[in-house]
Amino acid sequence: MSSSETYYIPHKATWPVMATIGLVTLLAGFANYLNGSSVGPGMMAVGFAIFIVMLAGWFTLQATESESGLYNTQVGISFRMGMMWFIFSEVMFFAVFFGTLWYTRNLSVPWLGGEGIGAATKELLWPNFDATWPTNGPGKLVDGKPTSNGEFEPMSAWGLPFLNTLILLSSGVTVTWAHHGLLAKNRDQLIKGLIATVALGFLFVMFQAIEYHEAYTEMGLTLGSGIYGSTFFMLTGFHGFHVCVGAIILSVVLFRSTKGHFKPENHFAFEAAAWYWHFVDVVWLGLFIFVYIM
Amino acid sequence: MSAVVAEHDDHHHDDHAHGPEKGFLRWIITTNHKDIGTLYLVFALAMFFVGGAMAMVIRAELFEPGMQFVEPHFFNSMTTMHALVMVFGAVMPAFVGLANWMIPMMIGAPDMALPRMNNMSFWVLVAGVLLLASTLFMEGGAPASGWTLYPPLVLQTGKALPFAIFSVHLLGISSIMGAINIIATIFNMRAPGMTLMKMPLFVWTWLITAFLLIAVMPVFAGAVTMLLTDKFFGTSFFDAAGGGDPVLYQHIFWFFGHPEVYIMILPTFGVASTIIPVFARKPLFGYSSMVYATASIAFLSFIVWAHHMFTVGMPIAGELYFMYATMLIAIPTGVKVFNWTATMWKGAMTFEAPMLFSIAFVVLFTMGGFTGLMMSIAPSDFQYHDTYFIVAHFHYTLVPASIFILMAAGYYWLPKWTGHMYNEKIGQLHFWLSVVSVNILFFPQHFLGLAGMPRRIPDYAVQFADWNMISSIGGFIFGASQLLFLYIVIDTIRGGTGEKVTDEVWEDAHKHGLEWTLPSPPPYHTFTTPPTVIPTEHI
Ligand code: HEM
Ligand SMILES: [Cu+2]
Repeated sequence: MSSSETYYIPHKATWPVMATIGLVTLLAGFANYLNGSSVGPGMMAVGFAIFIVMLAGWFTLQATESESGLYNTQVGISFRMGMMWFIFSEVMFFAVFFGTLWYTRNLSVPWLGGEGIGAATKELLWPNFDATWPTNGPGKLVDGKPTSNGEFEPMSAWGLPFLNTLILLSSGVTVTWAHHGLLAKNRDQLIKGLIATVALGFLFVMFQAIEYHEAYTEMGLTLGSGIYGSTFFMLTGFHGFHVCVGAIILSVVLFRSTKGHFKPENHFAFEAAAWYWHFVDVVWLGLFIFVYIM
Repeated sequence: MSAVVAEHDDHHHDDHAHGPEKGFLRWIITTNHKDIGTLYLVFALAMFFVGGAMAMVIRAELFEPGMQFVEPHFFNSMTTMHALVMVFGAVMPAFVGLANWMIPMMIGAPDMALPRMNNMSFWVLVAGVLLLASTLFMEGGAPASGWTLYPPLVLQTGKALPFAIFSVHLLGISSIMGAINIIATIFNMRAPGMTLMKMPLFVWTWLITAFLLIAVMPVFAGAVTMLLTDKFFGTSFFDAAGGGDPVLYQHIFWFFGHPEVYIMILPTFGVASTIIPVFARKPLFGYSSMVYATASIAFLSFIVWAHHMFTVGMPIAGELYFMYATMLIAIPTGVKVFNWTATMWKGAMTFEAPMLFSIAFVVLFTMGGFTGLMMSIAPSDFQYHDTYFIVAHFHYTLVPASIFILMAAGYYWLPKWTGHMYNEKIGQLHFWLSVVSVNILFFPQHFLGLAGMPRRIPDYAVQFADWNMISSIGGFIFGASQLLFLYIVIDTIRGGTGEKVTDEVWEDAHKHGLEWTLPSPPPYHTFTTPPTVIPTEHI
């Protein structure tokens, strides 16, 4: 319901078309690259560059409009709803991979091992398969290829992953602390809180990079290590990507904070970034429990 | 880029920025809901003919047994691309176009809640469809696995595979942005007094559809992402040798796919519920039960997906559960059909083109619902599955339902959009040709399916020859009749019958919806001040 006394309507938008061109160039380039075509990487670079320029331009525009007081309460609500439903779509995206993990662990791997409807499968196809978790499947896949005795070492929960859990949890605290600073008009606290959050975010990414490096070089654990490797890297990889994006968004918010942006009653960008960050945080807790511990 | 604050008290400041941009650029950078609605509708109509041309290839090949015109692989590309183009290029965008045009006018809002994102969702759609279309010209041909893209078959696609997958990503992004916009508009932009239970049903059904879209498009995106990594990055999600399962893909796909069919039918229900009361000159029978039925259908659509997989080898408990759950959908669907019928009961009906198409929808959609019910019986479905019976079922729910209602919506709102009256005579001719030919086209497919003719094959045993020929003849007539619609649309935009239409266009329509209180055609910006009277005759 419109409670505000004026409607806000932007006229003419050039950034969306640019975003589309950037996105489709990037994806078409990636597809070409996957097909082994030499134009792929170049196209990807061009598309990515267009996309980055677009992001910078579009966000600058929104920030300028916001700071000049063009957005009223109603616009703020629309933005917030947009962000909330966007996060919901992301939840569903991650749900697919969590669902996949559940299905393979509870249904398809046991079936391959002869349970329930899989009795004949085991007998006829994989008589020697021992359905335990983690597994690289009856074909003992290494780098996606069947072998006779492929092995890998599963990732333990209590090293870097546990440290990363602590890191993300504390970053949730620091971003809330920054928010309190914003609301109390304490800019120093806002900036310090954001610096800590961004730093913790990038620290998380760094530790995860180290973890991946170990997996690939020392543990024989890769994307191609059967269903364990597939689900492990798909879930943690998409999550890591989201942490990067979240940390970059928070960096932009940090930059805007140092420029004096945001007021207690008008700081949609901060809120959106914080919601996103909490979402990434919650996904990690799910990962820590279902991928690492269980 | 400029931004304008439209004041309530009609200041004429900054007036030049209120009108449309001059020239072609207007259509590229517009943020106006009416412009974007037009773009969506025109694009959808174009894709309807592209997808239709592919259907003509299919029916030509099936006209007689034996191989006549196309290679088997190309034939399968045609069934695949026909479905993808129709679903993602024609039906869904057409309904988003209607939503753009009508929702702000129906709820008394000046525009959509997020106009820039609105522009982007249209252009991303175009990009997605272009990427998909480009696969037709690639080494190895367009995807030929069926629109469901099941592995391992789909992984044999040539160069087209990553392009098709990324096109699904783009289409998903577009749909999600469109859906977010619609939800934010409905929740945040309603005029004072436009309570939720006073909204026209078209708005209600779109609200629920938007929720379905946001919930399932990411699921489809996730599924095709796993296809991509299975093909190019060595993962084994759908490969039993690595501990994965190709059946898992089917579960994920149909978790998306079944709600997807309701994404195409719920707005259809909404338009029908909007049109029928106007031409029956009665309020809609059972408004609130319509709302609850829509919500129940949406909820149930999440828990019935494996009725598409009865023959895949599920545990018996799964077969039973999905059978009974699917049957439940018939209840809210029955409520709807009952309400439309009761709305017409003892109404002072007239039969202009929008009403004719709507009545045909009620009757023929019910046919599709009945065959759906037959297939929901798991042991029977072992006979029907992957035969032409399925093809008949879903074409009854999509062509004389979704497509007919889109036609009805065109006839119903074109006078409002353009200010011109369409040619009723040709409209009637279009209707009768369509309704007869669509049955010649699809009814025999029930017989073919029951007799065992499999779907997605370019050649067949001679005992199927007669019904296939009849079906193809129906198909050609149906395809040709749609050119009449194209003619009418162009003719109406260019002046139609020349008769100047009133604001309400249809008798007493202003009691049914806010859009009929506006001039025909409505000015570029409407409801910059909220309306004061909310019509309630549709309730
Ligand atoms: C009364 C409601 C309905 C019921 C009980 C129902 C049931 C079913 C069942 C059991 C199947 C799977 C048959 C098989 O493959 O063996 C099916 C397929 C299908 N239905 Fe329905 N249906 C209903 C309504 C609809 C509606 C409203 C639409 C679309 C607007 C629709 C579209 C489809 C499509 C597209 C397929 C085939 C998908 C494919 O395999 O390519 N159905 N339906
Ligand atoms: Cu279904």
